[in-house]
Amino acid sequence: MKPHNIQFSLNGEKVALSVEPSDVLLDVLRGRLGIKSPKVGCDRGDCGTCTVLMNGKTIRSCLALAVEADGAEIVTLEGANSRKWTQKLQKTFHAKNAFQCGFCAPGVILSATELLEKNPKPTSHDIKEAIAGNLCRCTGYEPIVEAIAETAKGK
Amino acid sequence: MDLQKLITKPKKSAKSKKAGEELTVVGQSVPRIDGWEKIKGAARYTDDLEFGPGLLYAALVESPFAHARIKSIDISKAEKLHGVVKVVTGGNFTQKFGLYMNDRYVFATDTVRFVGEQVAAVVATDPKIALRGAGLVKVEYEELPAVMDAVKALEKDSPLVHPDLKSYTHVPWFFPKPGTNIAHWRKIRKGDLAKGFKDADLVMEDTYTVPRYAHCAIEPHSAIGLFDASGRLTMWTSSQSPFTQRHVFAETLKSFGLSHKDVRVISTYIGGGFGGKAGVTMEIIAAALAIAVPGRPVKLLWSRAQEFYNTYQRLGCTAKIKMGVSKAGKITALDFKLHWDSGAYVEYGANVVNAAGLSASGPYKVDNLSIDSMCTYTNLPPCGAYRGFGYSEFLFGLESHITRMAKELGIDPVEFRMKNAIKEGDILPYGAHMNPTGIRDAIERVRKEIRWGVKEKSKDPKKAIGKAQVCFWKSPAMPPNASSSAFLKFNEDGSINILVSGMEIGQGLLTVMAQIASEVLSVPVSKIRVETPDTDRNPYEWQTVGSHVTWGCGNAVKRAALEARERILDLVQRVHCLDKSTLYLEDQHVKCRTKPDFALRFSDFVINGIQADDHTFKGGPIMGSGVFMPEFASAISDPETGQGGHPNVHYTTGSAGIILEVDRETGKMKIKKVALAVDCGKAINPDLVRGQIVGGLLQGFATVLYEDMRYNEKGRLLNPNFSDYKIPTVMDMPDQVVPIIIEVAQPDGPFGARGVGEHTMIPCAPLIANAVEDALGVRIKSMPVTKEKVALAVMAQGKR
Repeated sequence: MKPHNIQFSLNGEKVALSVEPSDVLLDVLRGRLGIKSPKVGCDRGDCGTCTVLMNGKTIRSCLALAVEADGAEIVTLEGANSRKWTQKLQKTFHAKNAFQCGFCAPGVILSATELLEKNPKPTSHDIKEAIAGNLCRCTGYEPIVEAIAETAKGK
Repeated sequence: MDLQKLITKPKKSAKSKKAGEELTVVGQSVPRIDGWEKIKGAARYTDDLEFGPGLLYAALVESPFAHARIKSIDISKAEKLHGVVKVVTGGNFTQKFGLYMNDRYVFATDTVRFVGEQVAAVVATDPKIALRGAGLVKVEYEELPAVMDAVKALEKDSPLVHPDLKSYTHVPWFFPKPGTNIAHWRKIRKGDLAKGFKDADLVMEDTYTVPRYAHCAIEPHSAIGLFDASGRLTMWTSSQSPFTQRHVFAETLKSFGLSHKDVRVISTYIGGGFGGKAGVTMEIIAAALAIAVPGRPVKLLWSRAQEFYNTYQRLGCTAKIKMGVSKAGKITALDFKLHWDSGAYVEYGANVVNAAGLSASGPYKVDNLSIDSMCTYTNLPPCGAYRGFGYSEFLFGLESHITRMAKELGIDPVEFRMKNAIKEGDILPYGAHMNPTGIRDAIERVRKEIRWGVKEKSKDPKKAIGKAQVCFWKSPAMPPNASSSAFLKFNEDGSINILVSGMEIGQGLLTVMAQIASEVLSVPVSKIRVETPDTDRNPYEWQTVGSHVTWGCGNAVKRAALEARERILDLVQRVHCLDKSTLYLEDQHVKCRTKPDFALRFSDFVINGIQADDHTFKGGPIMGSGVFMPEFASAISDPETGQGGHPNVHYTTGSAGIILEVDRETGKMKIKKVALAVDCGKAINPDLVRGQIVGGLLQGFATVLYEDMRYNEKGRLLNPNFSDYKIPTVMDMPDQVVPIIIEVAQPDGPFGARGVGEHTMIPCAPLIANAVEDALGVRIKSMPVTKEKVALAVMAQGKR
């Protein structure tokens, strides 16, 4: 199989590289582009720790091929750190000690960012729906859900 | 330099603290000092570290059989694959290893003992090539009869998992029975059991079973090893136990010329541990592979499936309980037999069995007691530490049984627990005395919180509401000489770096250590950094397990801070001729009670010293070191009775209650409210304690409601992924969680603190089982208590 030349926007910067057709986006981000906030948790789309934004929508980068990113806008937490809702969320997460080991945090924060960017007044159910694909083994989710709700309320 | 300029005027401080005055930092819910790193995505976990283009990757050849003899291994095809650097088999690593019992090799040598056991490894320039290479290694096996059940493993004609058990070395408090599958048998004999049963008005006997469980930290295990040309081994591991790993690496690989000083273990943040990253599992393979390809870093990263079948699992347990109770509601006798399925290797798991055996009376005063806790080898994957360390398992049976017996005697089950609950000074199962405990307060607070005694009805007639309340206790399971140490260093601006080797596994250790030092030295938490371990630089810590590091490592940090404080006060006394007893630290200054104008800012002297009148400088960098070892502990006791030692340092106690809604037809359960009160001695950071309570409860409830490891008859795990082994999502949260903190000080704890991490998970199973019975009248005696089991039990009840 022939390598493909792809180009995409990564956290606002243009990147161009050659990938194998079977290369997984997560591996390319982590292994070749030095982007470490998306993590390898299960490699089959179950845990959500590899979550990134593709054209504004969360995807599991372990289930996406690198070639699918061609021409797209990819944002990881490294890039989202400058987004308005991400920053507001981070402030609340920090104040509430919402995370423990922190391994799921980048994925959860991107899922929550997507939610609030589209729906700044979510119900409790909306919040749960938004992060239902992000597994966290430490927190019992309660402080995370509370922090998202508080952020939306602008407390 | 003008001396007067170095002495700044004291600022008026609202929070003036002198000896004996109120705490200002300990007890506050300060934000985590690792918060921003984790929330910004800057925190680095082991697999995030970069090793450059020379990095090699390893893949394993694993046993397809639960028990087989290895007849031959043919590596020739794999070796020829382009990109394969080395194929490694067990032949080169003939030293057995283990934490408490040396019962395993780095690679299986002549016998494989569980499905998935490592037989060989292929090291290659790319992970895909390594995997392909592993597929080319041809292993010929002769299958042997296997045993998958801990009770069957005790039968006379059972296959022996370790025929050479007699030759294995182990800690002196283990009692293996060579010629059987019994790896350790912890016995407790206290009082007069026969008399206790005679005095009973009701004796009840039953069996409760608990399957195996998986930790499911979201970060899989990973390890990178580099054995450099100078002969030193550096390991980067995702570990709760960097120093214990260093010791095991050095001991196991000593034939390659390693001494402890040549082995360096670096552990950065870890993405969840729960006991699964305690001790040594796959890391020893990475260490061996590094030795096999000197000069090049080798990475071993566990897949999610390997995470399930080749790390420690939680032990399965069959618990046979016989209890005697008087009409007055007093436990007169308890005979508890725990049969543990500990898997193919028990180098760590046997200590789970030991810990449970020492404490299976639960937090009750039981004068006539017999406990047999039996660690049994089987041909299933090895078991080891899991949050709760054996206590979840025996509490399921014990707390189920207590509720049943109380009800049968017409005694309120909560009143029953209150009556029997252990008190400070009571004799523990092994003969030592109980530490101060707030268990009665915990019972009372939870009882109120769940409106115990008030029968509630669901709005939905298809559903019933049940309530339950149980008690729990747990002690750190550790060798009697497990110790902690800390270094504390001041910087030019008066900020502090603390070096410990307790691991930040999510619980908030770094923050709590900073708070302890902050309290002693009056330096704000925001000016303190606590570093994750590098065994070359950071001082010794045994392991981050057993909910003991707040206590053990916290004591070491407190001592280090006190030592630094002493050095500061000595210096000021020497240079300024002020009596030390009049000096105190406040707001990053040294102040003096007899000279209100005196205030010496830390940043003016903690590195560069104090200039004396003759223009010379006195002092130098201010540092402190602290060591803590529980010098009263001893693990040696009579093997037949368990009496005589002091194996446990203290117990943390508590109580939990639940309001559960159960669907009468489907068995589906919804936790309407759960309250958990735990006596943590002193909550150094209440927010972090609450975090342990809320998180631990959900992890516990998942083991009761749906998690379950399923094996086929050949010993193969059928559900090694998150689709088939469900862990909770946000949709599974209880409706309401009420954390309650009780503070009855632990006399030898830092500011009175004792551990709390595991305790929040262990009461969950009997809570659900008892609440289901309260709601629907059916009793489930095997975990998990799934909705299917409940629905089937309700159907069966209807047929009766």
